[in-house]
Amino acid sequence: MKEKITLLQKEIEEKLKEVKNLDTLNELKVKYLSKKGPVSELTNSLRDLSIEEKKEFGKLITDFRNDIFSKVEALKEKYELEELNKKLENEKVDISMPGLDIESGSPSFVEKVIDDASDFFISLGYDIYEGPEIELDKYNFEMLNLPKDHPARDAQDTYYLKDEDLLLRSQTSPVQVRVMLDGKGETPIRMICPGKTYRREDINATHEQEFTQIEGLVIDKNISLSDLKGTFDAFVKHTFGETTEARFRPSYYPFTEPSVEMDMSCIYCDGSGCNMCKPKGWITIAGGGMVHPNVLRMCGYDPDKWQGFAFGMAGERIAMLKYNMTDMRTMHENDLRETKNFDRKEVK
Amino acid sequence: MISMNWVKDYIDIKDENLEELADKVTKAGINVEHVVNTGINNVVVGEVKECIDHPDSDHLHVCQVDVGTDTRQIVCGAPNVKAGLKVIVALPGSKLPKMEIKKGSIRGEESNGMICALCELGLEEDNEENYKKGIHELPEDAPVGMDAFEYLGVSDTLYDLDVHKHKNNDCRYHIGFAYEIGTILGKKVKLPESNYSEIKDNINDQFKLKVDTDRCTYYKAKMVTDLVIGESPEFIKNRLISAGMRPINNIVDISNYVMLEYGQPLHFFDKDKLGNEIVVRQAKDNEEITTLDEQERVLTNEDIVITDGNKAVAIAGIMGGLNTDVDENTKTVLIESAIFNPTNIRKTARRLNLRSEASLRYEKGLNFEYTDAALDRACYLLEKYASGKVLSGKAEYDNEDKKQKKIEFTTERINSLLGLELTDEDIETELKKLDFEYEIKSGKFITTIPRRRLDIEENVNDIAEEIGRLYGYHNLKNTMPVLPTREGKFEHSFGFKKNISKRMRTLGLNETRTYSLVDQKTANMFYKDRSTIVIPNPMSSDRSALRKTMIPSMLEVIKYNKSRGLKDINIYETSKVFYDDFKEENHLAVALYGNYISNLWQGKVVKNDFYVLKGIVSNLLDYLGLKNRYSFVESTEENLHPGISADIYLDKNKVGFFGRIHPIVSKDEIYVLELSINDLDVKTKPVKFKPASKLPYIKKDLAFVMPMSMKNEEVIKVIKHAGGRLLTDISVFDLYVGENIGLDNKSIAYNLTFEDPTRTLTDEEVMEVFKNIINEVETKLNIKLRD
Repeated sequence: MKEKITLLQKEIEEKLKEVKNLDTLNELKVKYLSKKGPVSELTNSLRDLSIEEKKEFGKLITDFRNDIFSKVEALKEKYELEELNKKLENEKVDISMPGLDIESGSPSFVEKVIDDASDFFISLGYDIYEGPEIELDKYNFEMLNLPKDHPARDAQDTYYLKDEDLLLRSQTSPVQVRVMLDGKGETPIRMICPGKTYRREDINATHEQEFTQIEGLVIDKNISLSDLKGTFDAFVKHTFGETTEARFRPSYYPFTEPSVEMDMSCIYCDGSGCNMCKPKGWITIAGGGMVHPNVLRMCGYDPDKWQGFAFGMAGERIAMLKYNMTDMRTMHENDLRETKNFDRKEVK
Repeated sequence: MISMNWVKDYIDIKDENLEELADKVTKAGINVEHVVNTGINNVVVGEVKECIDHPDSDHLHVCQVDVGTDTRQIVCGAPNVKAGLKVIVALPGSKLPKMEIKKGSIRGEESNGMICALCELGLEEDNEENYKKGIHELPEDAPVGMDAFEYLGVSDTLYDLDVHKHKNNDCRYHIGFAYEIGTILGKKVKLPESNYSEIKDNINDQFKLKVDTDRCTYYKAKMVTDLVIGESPEFIKNRLISAGMRPINNIVDISNYVMLEYGQPLHFFDKDKLGNEIVVRQAKDNEEITTLDEQERVLTNEDIVITDGNKAVAIAGIMGGLNTDVDENTKTVLIESAIFNPTNIRKTARRLNLRSEASLRYEKGLNFEYTDAALDRACYLLEKYASGKVLSGKAEYDNEDKKQKKIEFTTERINSLLGLELTDEDIETELKKLDFEYEIKSGKFITTIPRRRLDIEENVNDIAEEIGRLYGYHNLKNTMPVLPTREGKFEHSFGFKKNISKRMRTLGLNETRTYSLVDQKTANMFYKDRSTIVIPNPMSSDRSALRKTMIPSMLEVIKYNKSRGLKDINIYETSKVFYDDFKEENHLAVALYGNYISNLWQGKVVKNDFYVLKGIVSNLLDYLGLKNRYSFVESTEENLHPGISADIYLDKNKVGFFGRIHPIVSKDEIYVLELSINDLDVKTKPVKFKPASKLPYIKKDLAFVMPMSMKNEEVIKVIKHAGGRLLTDISVFDLYVGENIGLDNKSIAYNLTFEDPTRTLTDEEVMEVFKNIINEVETKLNIKLRD
């Protein structure tokens, strides 16, 4: 019996050496390991042996069987892997071919600026308002300390729609008037109102008839011009990067007193002057000041109890500075080759 | 332009660095845009030591000239050059208006500079006549080596001010600007000389003044006779030129000079042409006058005119009449110094398109103290520089409110407005610099505002501004408002619009930004039941109406991009539209052209069509929580393709439409959508978690052959009804058209899902429902199941 086993083992091992692939391995399996093959036969022959012999050869046969089966299994794995690898070789893609152009749309330049400004001001507890674009003269001018004959009205050439009463808003300040009137002289206010405004102007690289204003207003009991400066400083840092600085210069607006020009340090040069900054090293991007007592009074807030600041800037101007654009008209061209690049997160 | 030489007459700034001073002025509120130094470097006083004829020329001279630092050889062609003469020498490196001086040689003789004529230095008009005068001969005592421009008194520093923003006149006149500098430096202003002698004759004996309008509050006139007209003295000419005004003759120049000193415009009438009376009144409608510029002007009763009691002789505050102008034969003038209503002047100047140096100043308002002072100053100058004799007395009218403004405030309030920690002493220091009188009563300041500060109103903010600008806004700290924490949020409609905008981008559409002002023709493409708002005062016809539909703008964007070679153009915009009686609402517009998605080399393409856009619409409406509340109806919009368009209904209201643009409008295959965002903003239920059934579901497919004209939704409706509650989903998975089912027919295949959330369904019960569905569809719609 022992001899038989040894012989069979030798034979199978010889045959295993000849196996070259899965096909020949299968042939071997069919020949030796099938139900009626010699290995099964050998196992079956145990039945005819005595208990003693069973004891003697049972283990021998089982070890032999296990050994053969595991060797076959190992070869099977080996050749399967070889075959898979061969198959994979033929499945190689050219990773340099273009992927699917998954379109996610880009925002307009101004939308991007408004979104970014909204994020900033919302984080400081400001509400974001819109308002009508067809406005009353009363809200657009009169209640902002610009009575009918005020000379500053000449500077804002306005599209009137009906008589002298209805107009296309020349600024977003009327939204502030509306919010103040709603506040009835009792509610503190923190708001910005980004939106489209209209001026009857000749169009050129820095002037449009339709442009976006982002105006803000804070009214409370103890708000100062220094608070406006701090807020503006934080805004320019948020928008243009941490190294940007804010500076105020005196100015004049009818709706604020004191009024300031709001400059940020030039982002294009080291402050030594370039063709982007004026005055040297600084870029004026906003105007503002302390809300004029007349405006507070007209909008229902007692100027002896309430005070606050207001500011305004043009969204297009921020976009131009931030994205290095030189012509405002570009923004209305909507050339997708230009706008599609703006489907990107902000980097400061 | 402010001449700093001129300002020096009124305030001591000889030790100031004018560049640094300009910076201080800017920081304190008046923006000095440019500091301009007149004069040319390297032009000095020289003395001709020796002058011989050029050996190789019949008119040139070879001169040895002492220029202070050295004596050098210069070749000169002027006929009047001679030894001993003091001259102006442009040294090598100096840049004259027409040439740059370099070392060189002229016909073999070395020449190290140029001896100049005034016209070569830009100090005289550059013409033949002036050139023939030859080189300029300086007086014998001219110091050799000195800067020639400084020696001539024409070296000046000019401040170019941004007066645009400034609400006061003080940067439009030199005394005003001197006060501003006085405030900054804490120095006092010295007013100019204006003492003159008067002759016995009194103006009031021969002249009558009457003011017949409340729009003239102050009118003073003096008469000066025996005038000799001629050129102005150099300093007046130079200063006028510096300020950008052209010298004419001594009389006219003095009028302008005084205006630039005091900010008070003066008008000189030729008394002999004028007669013996002045009446100031409102013009009559259609009253005519020929102004100094020889233009006929037609007036309205809003304008103020100066008349001789009969005809207009000047448009008050704007321009004099030709009939009374000062000319070379004028002997006697009547000087008018007056205050007119600023608003009237502004309106008249605007209407006549005649904004003069005078009107600009009247528009800002004037201080009566200077109206008087300017009148005296003019008399003084006419006496001194035009040999005038001043008549005694004044013709005067005075209805001016002379009350001085007073402001009461506390230091605490100033600090609160500015965010500073100033003391009472600090405030006192600033008030003194400002030259504001004040008293302190029970802890409060009461300050009196000088009359020249017309810009200051009676409120504490104005004082805060004055103190703030002197303290320096650049010195303000950055503080944040100390306020309670609160949630900042979008106003509902703003946030709603923003959500839609973001969703459109998620769906692959690019945002555009187009004009709300459009031409009237395209304005009417859609929403024909709404009227277009037309702009009464448009700048151009292509911006003459407010759009009520955004689609024409979107088509323009597609056209623009297409012409630049783009093949796939998928865009959207949210914007206000306007209609009828000045109504406005937020709209969304979408336009698709070319492919929606593509990877061409793989043959993977989703071409834009009706169903892509329908998918976008449905996605948006579902996103807004409107699932099962909207429906589509074949559209009747005449500018959409009649067979490929739909109106969108929400809860039975039409909220928009979409489809292919009518081939008459555009040959390109463009799909458009316009939706009212306002109409979509309806109340919706909040989203809730809905557990998916863990029990098995059963899927069944079937297809029906139906006439081409039958709508999918008709079939779906019947299937749904027959399927009952076990049928939880229906989806279309095939549309087939082919000869084998008849060319008038189509076949739609559906995939049905059956589910019961509470138990496992049996095949038998599903088969029963399924058969019922087939039966109902076949009998109700009279169509057949496809085998």
